Amino acid sequence: MRWRRDRRVPERSTLGVRDLAAEATAGILQRPARSLLTTLGTVLGVGAFVAVLGLTSTAAGQISSHFDALKQTTVTVTDVGDGRERDKDAPAPVAFPGDADQRVTALNGAVGAGVFWPVSLSKPVIGASVAVTARSSGNAGDLPVYAASAGLFGAIEPTVRVGRVFDRFHDRRGERVAVLGAAAAARLGISQLHAQPAVFINGAAFTVVGIIDDAERLPELLLGIIVPRGTAERMYRPPDPTISPAQMVIRTRLGAAQLIARQAALALRPDRPDLLQATPPADPHQLSDSVSGELTGLFLTLAAICLVIGAVGITNTTLVAVLERVGEIGLRRSLGARPRHIAAQFLTESTVLGTVGGLTGTALGVGVVLTVALVRDWTAVLDPATVLPAPLIGSVVGMLAGLYPALRAATTEPLEALRR
Amino acid sequence: MSAEDLVPPVIELAAVHRTYPGPPEVTALHPTNLTVRRGDYLVVVGPSGSGKSTLLNLLGLLDRPTGGSYRLDGVDVSGLPERDRTALRGGRIGFVFQAFHLLPHRTALENVMLAQIYNGTPRSARRAAARAALSQVGLDHRTHALPTTLSGGERQRVAVARALVTAPALLLCDEPTGNLDSTTARRLLELFDSLHAAGLTIVMITHSAEVARRAQRIVTISDGMLREGGRAEPAPAGAPT
Ligand SMILES: Nc1ncnc2c1ncn2[C@@H]1O[C@H](COP(=O)(O)OP(=O)(O)OP(=O)(O)O)[C@@H](O)[C@H]1O
Ligand SMILES: [Mg+2]
Repeated sequence: MRWRRDRRVPERSTLGVRDLAAEATAGILQRPARSLLTTLGTVLGVGAFVAVLGLTSTAAGQISSHFDALKQTTVTVTDVGDGRERDKDAPAPVAFPGDADQRVTALNGAVGAGVFWPVSLSKPVIGASVAVTARSSGNAGDLPVYAASAGLFGAIEPTVRVGRVFDRFHDRRGERVAVLGAAAAARLGISQLHAQPAVFINGAAFTVVGIIDDAERLPELLLGIIVPRGTAERMYRPPDPTISPAQMVIRTRLGAAQLIARQAALALRPDRPDLLQATPPADPHQLSDSVSGELTGLFLTLAAICLVIGAVGITNTTLVAVLERVGEIGLRRSLGARPRHIAAQFLTESTVLGTVGGLTGTALGVGVVLTVALVRDWTAVLDPATVLPAPLIGSVVGMLAGLYPALRAATTEPLEALRR
Repeated sequence: MSAEDLVPPVIELAAVHRTYPGPPEVTALHPTNLTVRRGDYLVVVGPSGSGKSTLLNLLGLLDRPTGGSYRLDGVDVSGLPERDRTALRGGRIGFVFQAFHLLPHRTALENVMLAQIYNGTPRSARRAAARAALSQVGLDHRTHALPTTLSGGERQRVAVARALVTAPALLLCDEPTGNLDSTTARRLLELFDSLHAAGLTIVMITHSAEVARRAQRIVTISDGMLREGGRAEPAPAGAPT
């Protein structure tokens, strides 16, 4: 064979992107176990970063969930009395005026409002038929009887399973009608209203007009028999504020609860606001801030420390690789590699290591957030603005960590390198 | 003017010298004139420390002379910036080292292809060229073997293939048989003979007289001074004119 050669000689040495990637990958895969261990710091750092931010936003997200939305839009006003109504024979009437519902719903931000109290009956006999007596098995005397203004249904928004709820006219005229909570209805054996059933409370018949279910703002209502407050006031003693006070439930627009709580007492009783005490929901911002603020800072600091450790680890590994592969560096220089090609190769290796660490860490962090959310029955809230760039943190760490080793590699004299 | 003067020179050294700055200052190569023409097979012999590697490093553009001028393949490289010297090194010079310098985790083929990364060989052309180079050194059957599974002689053949795959103007060998037993060494030298016969320009350094005897032209070096040791044989018939 004749020795022929190509006269075309490149003006300068090159290193294509694909070649660079291939060489860097080969360098990493050459020592898989070491490479894996090297990424550990970055994995932990990025993982902690994603987990902390994910958990914080997930926890904060629960404030706006359905359950908290209910809590954050509910104000309770309680009739605390003035301490003087100890007279058992003539107790003071409830502090809420007859037009309490209208007074409160007139406030800006209040959507619905209603008064209720447990009716105090001594030795009650309750049943679905007039024949039920204190001794008979049909006696459901332990079912609570509630007095409620018509507005209460607007405030607690129950599901009306059958029939309807009573209204202001039933209330004002003191009609003997009753709305049954789902549990109480089941207990009394009433599920349909075709036969116009009645419940008998100590012998007095109340026509059942409806059965309600799902009263999330006031679930205890489902266990009882609800009669109009006007009717209760005519037939029974008013409640004792020290034992079972009358209360008002106000449904507000989101964000208006604090304001309504401040205004309610005066709007209801301009003459004696001291008889009423309004309880606003806990301020959601204060709550989440105080819970997560300090902890988030602490964990982010830990994540940063992990990243620094990760960077030092990558620097160390890459430096060891540079020293181990001095012969390879010399060889590459003899094959036409420029110092910058050598630097690029090692810098790419460290950047890839960092990126792999960043990707693994992100996956791990997301996994932690999802697991916690699953266990605590939360909705995981992951902000793409933190999750998507997270692997890049690893890349940046890897690149910074590789700067010094890459510089060492690039300045290795080919002559000395080849002498090895 | 003799016929061989018409053969273009690959190496022209004029008063090239190299002094390592001390202390103590060492003049490893005294001012030297040397011409190597295309198709020459030159062996430099000399004892240890005589300056053989110093000379080879200068020829291979791995080192710069303290003074003098060097023309490689018609290009005056003395004053070239490092960038251009690197490109010339990758494109026109093939190196064979005593210690092979193969990457242990790459197959024979991949080791050969390493030389094509930096000189702009298109990716699509690499594999075929690397296979051809391996077949040229008689290693068709071991293309996918790792260096650790190859014998010393086979490893050095992979290194030779790697040097040849870029089609260099000049093959520089620093004690290529230094790590091989005599039988293996002889077979490697036969390979160099055939490459020379095919027209390749070879400069080899050795301190083995036996190795030197095979060369077409011998130069002896001692204490940094070069002396023409005469021609072992006339230029082979196949050499270009
Ligand atoms: N970087 C250097 N700095 C100082 N002196 C050096 C350097 N490199 C080589 N020398 C000296 O230059 C002289 C020639 O060295 P060189 O390596 O060229 O010898 P050699 O002929 O290749 O020897 P060997 O056969 O042992 O490889 C020696 O005296 C050596 O000590
Ligand atoms: Mg030497």
